[in-house]
Amino acid sequence: MNSDLLTILLPTLALTGWALLLLLVDLWIPREHKGITAVLAAAGLAAALGLTLSQGRLPAMTDSTVMVISDGYALFLDVLFLASGLAGVALAHEYLKRANIANGEYYALLLFSVAGMMLMAHAYNLILIFLALELLSIPLYILSGINRPRLESEESALKYFLLGAFSSGFVLYGTALIYGATARTDLPGIFAALQSAPVNPVIFILGAVLLLVGLAYKVSAVPFHMWTPDVYEGAPTPVTGFMAVAVKAAGFAVLGRILMAAFPTVGKDLTPILWALAALTMLVGNLAAITQKSIKRMLAYSSIAHAGYLLMALVPFSNRLVNSDVQASLLFYLVAYALTGLGAWAVVTALEKQNGDGLKLEDYAGLGKSHPWLALAMTVFMLSFTGIPLTLGFWGKFYLFRTAIEGGFTLLAVIGVVTSLISAYYYLRVLMYMYMRAGSPSVERAPWLQVTAVAAALAVVLISFIPNVLLNLAGNSLLLLP
Amino acid sequence: MPSEWIYIGIFSLIALALPAAAILMAGVLGPKKPNPIKNSTYECGIETTGETWVQFRPQYYIFGLLFLIFDVETVFLFPWAVGYRVLPLFAVIEGIVFILILLGGLLYAWRVGALSWQ
Repeated sequence: MNSDLLTILLPTLALTGWALLLLLVDLWIPREHKGITAVLAAAGLAAALGLTLSQGRLPAMTDSTVMVISDGYALFLDVLFLASGLAGVALAHEYLKRANIANGEYYALLLFSVAGMMLMAHAYNLILIFLALELLSIPLYILSGINRPRLESEESALKYFLLGAFSSGFVLYGTALIYGATARTDLPGIFAALQSAPVNPVIFILGAVLLLVGLAYKVSAVPFHMWTPDVYEGAPTPVTGFMAVAVKAAGFAVLGRILMAAFPTVGKDLTPILWALAALTMLVGNLAAITQKSIKRMLAYSSIAHAGYLLMALVPFSNRLVNSDVQASLLFYLVAYALTGLGAWAVVTALEKQNGDGLKLEDYAGLGKSHPWLALAMTVFMLSFTGIPLTLGFWGKFYLFRTAIEGGFTLLAVIGVVTSLISAYYYLRVLMYMYMRAGSPSVERAPWLQVTAVAAALAVVLISFIPNVLLNLAGNSLLLLP
Repeated sequence: MPSEWIYIGIFSLIALALPAAAILMAGVLGPKKPNPIKNSTYECGIETTGETWVQFRPQYYIFGLLFLIFDVETVFLFPWAVGYRVLPLFAVIEGIVFILILLGGLLYAWRVGALSWQ
């Protein structure tokens, strides 16, 4: 029996078991008391968080079959995923009641998805990465359609499912070709095979590119982003927030892991592709966001744009000199983006009406007068998305651009700065509507949403005073490199 | 390297040629005595009435799905049962966990009312 495997996966397994139990227990909880399910789900996530943190002292290690790995990188991401899961529960509770979706399955599915993300952070083998990707995605296909019989929700679920299946196909083909070229599926094995054995370069690079394409679908990088606005708009808002933040983080977790653990020697083939993906994603995401009237679609395009910035962190992945910077700035930006994104989606959820209205920009007019705290929180998030100082978003972008320039990709950093300036236009437009237009927005009474929004805003501002602490945490969680 | 791939090529060619030859030969050699009943779509069975694009109860689908789950369960359990004598304790526990998870699924399906025909 492989006890290391169980040790490493203990928090993930505990969360999965809890989710299975929750699915059954929920059946005996009456419709009016689904709050109990929410509390139980949050308790499960908190317990898994405790287990994860208690593993912080463990040395970095893999199990004997090299299936999973436990290192600082994985632990850091685990905490991020579990915290996003908690926010996902907080966002959903009141929304589900308001939209009359009394489905306790929501929470169990959310827990399954978080377990898939944690497995993704720990996976050290392409087969396991594929399995984790499916465990993460399949609950989300259902979650985006949970607002049945609303037509947009069903459309969103179907689109997400079809595109998700498509991208899983790419990942599998890529894995098969890489296995064909190197005869290995474990990441250190692939790395070793690339250095010693004669590897068919065409087959290998084709496999690596297919793998990249599959994951680019998941993180919605241009030109594989077409599904994102429709799916994000149609899905229930808390689910959208969770997808935009946690799924993206999981995709980048696994991209970073694969690139840095298995592919550092093929940088000269993959770097140009990543460069083009990053530049295109930043440009298209930001430019398309300008014309959006619906705040949900605007934030969807904004999430595409931020995928571009995150991709920029990965471009110099094969440069050993900036390797730790790549990882530190990637993780730092993921945290900044997660806090900002979850907060912004909490505000959007608070303003959405029961019939699905309240998502236009005009609906935010006058929010500064009627709900100053909520408007202030939204202001912080918009400034952080833009990357203006005194917010975490500024430091995230600062470290990103620094990594890109140190890696020798000055032009990419310039594109990043220019697109950030463009993005100021549509982010600040929200502020203009909130403070300078008269209106009487209706905000649902939802204490948990407001707690989430204010807490996220506080974190975004306060951590920006001590960015070094977070950066050191991100940088010290060094990958266990071969 | 290419010499190994050539077998796959030859194999796929033969795999295509064999059924094609069988169908062709049946067409060339077989006697043809058509009559209206033979030419009907369902030679054995009942002619359909009305359109084929009809809605049917989604409950059939749910039953089919449940059946499939437990059908596949037996596929997995057969090798487990056959090798039971030589399996280590870990594998036995794994098998039990697998059965318990599916049992949970059955419990869930029963509780949400998927098993009662409405």
